[in-house]
Amino acid sequence: MAEIEFVKGNEAIAMGAIEAGCRFYFGYPITPQNDIPEYMSRHLPEVGGTFIQAESEIASINMMLGAGATGARAMTSSSSPGISLKQEGISYMCGSQIPGVIINMSRSGPGLGGISPSQGDYFQATRGGGHGDYRTIVLAPYSVQENYDLTMKAFDLADKYRNPVVVLGDALLGQMKEPLRRHKYRKKKGEKDWILTGAKGRSPRLLKSLYLSEGELTEHNWRLYRKYQRMKREIMYKVEFLEGAKLVVVAFGSVARILKSTVAMARDKGMKVGLFRPVTLYPFPYAALDKLSHKVRNFMAVELNTGQMVEDVKLAVGHKKNQVDFYGRPPGSIPSPDELLEEIKKVYNKRVKK
Amino acid sequence: MYFDCIIAGFGGQGVMVMGNILAYAAIREKKKVTYMPVYGVEMRGGTANCTVVVSDREIGSPIIQRPVCAIVMNLPSLEKFGPRVRKGGLLVVNASLVPEEEIRFRGLQTLSVPSRELALEVGNERLANMVVLGAAVQKSGVVHLRSLKKALYPALDRRYHKMIDMNMKAMDRGAQFVEKGR
Repeated sequence: MAEIEFVKGNEAIAMGAIEAGCRFYFGYPITPQNDIPEYMSRHLPEVGGTFIQAESEIASINMMLGAGATGARAMTSSSSPGISLKQEGISYMCGSQIPGVIINMSRSGPGLGGISPSQGDYFQATRGGGHGDYRTIVLAPYSVQENYDLTMKAFDLADKYRNPVVVLGDALLGQMKEPLRRHKYRKKKGEKDWILTGAKGRSPRLLKSLYLSEGELTEHNWRLYRKYQRMKREIMYKVEFLEGAKLVVVAFGSVARILKSTVAMARDKGMKVGLFRPVTLYPFPYAALDKLSHKVRNFMAVELNTGQMVEDVKLAVGHKKNQVDFYGRPPGSIPSPDELLEEIKKVYNKRVKK
Repeated sequence: MYFDCIIAGFGGQGVMVMGNILAYAAIREKKKVTYMPVYGVEMRGGTANCTVVVSDREIGSPIIQRPVCAIVMNLPSLEKFGPRVRKGGLLVVNASLVPEEEIRFRGLQTLSVPSRELALEVGNERLANMVVLGAAVQKSGVVHLRSLKKALYPALDRRYHKMIDMNMKAMDRGAQFVEKGR
């Protein structure tokens, strides 16, 4: 049995990456994720890896593109404004089908904003934040253990789909410390028959995102589309307190973690409230929510923004009889479990206890 | 079993290390625990606080509006967190920096610890935070005092291990203060 360690969320991400075979890290410092490069700079060289503090975010994403093209497992991490700068590179990686893992321990925006927890980057992460019609898989952990586990999984998914994978957290998930049980990474089978490692003795390969001949780009985009459709197999979500629920709260990441307390408090007060937590934000668990909406009439999305994921919830529970309410806390402060309970009560009293 | 606590003070008073040690002690006792730090950009002199949650069951929010317990190491922290302690909860005050007349909260158990004085008795005034932590643990019973002392090993960097004995004595002194009232 592995020993239990007491670890900061950011460090758990770095630990998971190294365990999953990440041997290249490129990044540029920004709060609140600096523990990740700090950990990588110390521990990557110990396993023969390479740590580079690049001259900018744009440089680091393009270095990662290069490393990924050779088949290496590579990662970059940043926080919101830095992730914005990386979008061009992410678009090129998607177009060229080059895997890589991008950690966004997001902060409050817009602009330079602040360092407090926020979920203002939901749209950017799930809609493909750069130019072009692309998607990245987005994983949303809500504990230190999940930071570790989902970062490991991110590398497998990136390789499996030859696509960048985003892990979306925030300061709460990065700074919080919790016990962590590290476990051994089990290497996935499969050769990478597309990587650029020198064409000696074989025909040359090409990784590119420029397609100029007639019909070529359309066909390429259809191929990518079919790939995004296949990603639906990876959908993950967690539910709690669903028995007899009259109102289901939908939330991800840090606010879902806070709501775990709130929903327990609501149940103690006799309110039939459940919690649905998407773990993959893209692909979003539309089908699971849709199925639930046949049993439960009322839904409430709660986010640390003024309304982003709620649009996906509405797409999922599109029946006329269903109600989707929303509570959002704009970036800049964190609601406590008690404050959220008041918001849930308002909706519960309006929709359930009328 | 459920316990949560906000520990607050100036940066440099050792507030974060108090939270860490308490968390490690809870892990020793096979409890679930979360630790959430909040601090300004300064290394010293700014305000700092952390929230520690200890439970038998899986923990939800690591952020607590109304804690069962607050340990306040200075006056601004008392003013900020004192009113937030749950009714019937425990307020532990560093009496060396907070005047007695400032502590007027109804419906709370309060424990004023003359931390500097007791720390000097043990040998160094910088042990004040450990005195307060020992007292808080003895009063609340959240973990055993022996678990708290053993938690110094994993919580402190190896280069400070030579000072563990002294820190244990400071914790004992705080606990003794609770038992004997002096």
